[in-house]
Amino acid sequence: MADDIQTVSDATFDETVGGAETPVLVDFWAEWCGPCKMIAPALEEIAVEHRGRIAIAKLNVDHNPDTARRYDVMSIPTLLVFKGGEPVKRLVGAKGKGQLLQDLAEFIA
Amino acid sequence: MPETRELVIVGSGPAGLTAAVYAARANLHPVVIEGIAAGGQLMLTTDVENYPGFPDGILGPELMTKFREQAGRFGAEFVTADVDRVDFGERPFGIWVGDTEYRAKAVIISTGASARMLGLESEQRLLGKGVSTCATCDGFFYRDKPIAVVGGGDSAVEEAIFLTKFATSVTVLHRRDELRASKIMQERAFANPKIEFRWNSVVEEVAGNGSVETLKLRDTVTGETSELEVDGLFVAIGHDPNTQLFVDQLDMDANGYLVLPHAGSTRTSVEGVFAAGDVADHVYRQAVTAAGTGCMAAIEAERWLEAKAHAEGAHAGAQPEGAGRSG
Repeated sequence: MADDIQTVSDATFDETVGGAETPVLVDFWAEWCGPCKMIAPALEEIAVEHRGRIAIAKLNVDHNPDTARRYDVMSIPTLLVFKGGEPVKRLVGAKGKGQLLQDLAEFIA
Repeated sequence: MPETRELVIVGSGPAGLTAAVYAARANLHPVVIEGIAAGGQLMLTTDVENYPGFPDGILGPELMTKFREQAGRFGAEFVTADVDRVDFGERPFGIWVGDTEYRAKAVIISTGASARMLGLESEQRLLGKGVSTCATCDGFFYRDKPIAVVGGGDSAVEEAIFLTKFATSVTVLHRRDELRASKIMQERAFANPKIEFRWNSVVEEVAGNGSVETLKLRDTVTGETSELEVDGLFVAIGHDPNTQLFVDQLDMDANGYLVLPHAGSTRTSVEGVFAAGDVADHVYRQAVTAAGTGCMAAIEAERWLEAKAHAEGAHAGAQPEGAGRSG
């Protein structure tokens, strides 16, 4: 399961996200954030169920403040979807799996 | 139709999980539909200093993990998803989670309450870009920046104190001229040099291009407007009960709280459906009162199920089985 979600950092972000062929959803999270933990299982399921259509990556904002700052992430969890390295969709706050799938429909249909 | 369960508990804060501990120990094999926001409001807090048994305080998420472990130890089953629909008009009661249907003879509602927003268009636009409802999540982003907290209750004051760890200054905006927060929290806030109070103030607009830059405030007494430059606004103006699921199914008051028509009981307007915690409590709203009513709900559900089984058993002796079901 864990293999379906990549971990990205300030150092690897551009290469991993910019070089991806599918859209990449980056989960900006931190250890102290309760709602981030709430959505983690749903993201893991989506990563498995929609493999090949959307990739899911996690970025710890505590360890990687530069990337968080670069994309004006000021609230976590924030989910940013990147296409060709550019952010094209922003979701803020914890949501259930059903809502997430609805919000991501354009990428996984 | 799926197998009928004795008891389904909807919600997993202190009320739902205490109900689960008691119900599991009574061999009711409860299913707890814990929701995406599993653990409830305490998952968004830091130190809980008023829950008995923890003299040094305990972190909210840690406390809820312990509650859950305790319920699990006695065999409560957990479903980590939100309920989409309920039908309390038929028996056994119907509860739907996506395409999965649950049937239960009794239900305990403990869906709690969620943070209220100001209701401004600009607040929605800047949510996650300076507007936040979770100080423990987002305080980190405001290191060495000025911020404001709107609200005057315990959670507003607690957030303000927590945020002084990061921010250069925290301005508490309150629409009245005194706080509703407990005395000990007030004293801590007044003693904190980083916290400043703006009384009789309401936020009229949150302004900023990419992120929050200025708040437009109005004085509720003089009507004067002013501006406050901040990088962040934390909203802590109270909570609304999570009862949208039960509209047209259970009686609720004008503010959406479930009505418990029998004093000293957790029974709702539908026999066999019980409510515990903040979903039916606009007065105390404490973890310990939620736990207390969760216990009450489990005991009441157990007794009700027992009485019903007894009555049906007596009934079935006189008539063909199933004859009494429509009642």
